[in-house]
Amino acid sequence: MRVRPSRQLASNVVALVVMAAAAGLALAAETPDPAADLKAFQNFFTKKFPGVKLEDFVNGPYSMDEDMYRQWEEKEQFPPYEFALEAGKEMFSTPFGNGKTYADCFPNRGIGIRQNYPYFDEKEGKVVTLELALNRCREANGEAPLSYVNDEMASLTAYMAFTSRGKPMDIKVPNDPRALAAYENGKRYFYTRRGQLNFSCASCHVQSPGEHIRAEVLAPALGIVNALPIYRSEWSGMGTTSRRFVTCNSQTRAVPLEPQSDEYRDVEYFLSYVSNGLPISGPGARP
Amino acid sequence: MTSTIRVRATLNDDITEVQVLIQHPMDTGLVKNANGEIIPAHFIQQLSFQHNGRTVFLADWGPAVSKDPYVRFRFKGANKGDELNIRWVDNTGATDTTTAKIQ
Amino acid sequence: MSITLNTLVRVLAAMAFASAATPAVAVSEEDFKAAYATAEAAERQAGTLHNQWTTTEATLAASRKAAAAGNFDAAMSQAKEAEALAKASIFQANDEKERWKDVEVR
Repeated sequence: MRVRPSRQLASNVVALVVMAAAAGLALAAETPDPAADLKAFQNFFTKKFPGVKLEDFVNGPYSMDEDMYRQWEEKEQFPPYEFALEAGKEMFSTPFGNGKTYADCFPNRGIGIRQNYPYFDEKEGKVVTLELALNRCREANGEAPLSYVNDEMASLTAYMAFTSRGKPMDIKVPNDPRALAAYENGKRYFYTRRGQLNFSCASCHVQSPGEHIRAEVLAPALGIVNALPIYRSEWSGMGTTSRRFVTCNSQTRAVPLEPQSDEYRDVEYFLSYVSNGLPISGPGARP
Repeated sequence: MTSTIRVRATLNDDITEVQVLIQHPMDTGLVKNANGEIIPAHFIQQLSFQHNGRTVFLADWGPAVSKDPYVRFRFKGANKGDELNIRWVDNTGATDTTTAKIQ
Repeated sequence: MSITLNTLVRVLAAMAFASAATPAVAVSEEDFKAAYATAEAAERQAGTLHNQWTTTEATLAASRKAAAAGNFDAAMSQAKEAEALAKASIFQANDEKERWKDVEVR
């Protein structure tokens, strides 16, 4: 059949455009797409647990097990983290030696801002978590930094989380190659197996939520950071995000990294981002 | 000094439900600190709740009870506005007490 | 799953080799030091990959303790085991560089 030259040219151009688009798509698969990840992540969990409302995933094992949910509801009437919360409030309002307070370091005087952490600091080119920001505030005002794994940091972050209760997680990954790299690094860390027991974070929290590991019911990864810091009965006290990362590592027989090292900051960034939209439920209580 | 005892007492029909959270280390005396020294036993031995001069709940505790103990129980025979007196004594002889109004 | 098995097989093989090497003559301090240095170097390499195992560290510590007590036979076998564990952790780190994408939720 004789085709008019312009139509032939047009169809050639179309073919070229389609090929270019396909090549473009192939390239795009290598570029991080956090928004697509978020959608896929949330869909994965809502499909796996159709009986659980999206916002309930932040309650971890309690959303996975009816009997535990009942116990948790009772616990929330008179929560075990009350003492840590009060201590945190007092710490937050006590001025530093130079007369300034934490409120002077943070937007909105530090109230109701927890859902914005971690964020990517474009000047520094790194992820900044709430715990890190708090210690930087202390050091900027002549105070010694707090241990990332002890009670004081846990109490302080408990209070700040409490002022954000109910607010949706709101993490930004700017279109900056360094931010995307940090996000991707966090994602990689989350899915990578480590330790002699060869578990990744995903082994428990993506592949086995709702199932048991020894006597514990595993929490889903979706919304898992929303409840932090947590009062753990196992610890008989409040524990920070840093503490949880460190203990998870040693539980798989991996030598933990230093608290607030790059990988830990990045994995907190990743986990927080994919839980965007889910409410802050911290401080939490866990078995 | 703030009390170590947080209490909530609510009346429903004729049943009063009491919830209590007590701040106390409840050290067993079996745990060592970072220097390898035993942390001395320090735990509540007796916890009592009094209503109108009558003991409605009495607990004899030992080191098996965990840190910051939580207690919940129900009793009959109280009215709204009644006072509930709570008191604990620990193995060092220290004590704390508080009074709550039944809501 | 095959990764776990592969790693496990390598570790077990290394351990079997280590335990099968019963010396006719007692292990000398020099031999132990060489073995320990090898193990330590492997663990350092695992460190650069941010993938050390707590069991490797514990085995190295046990090796040092045995050596300090003069028991170089035991110290040697612990050092060999530590080397096997460190190497397994290096294998794990390198393998996981690509493997993690297999389990990513997309």
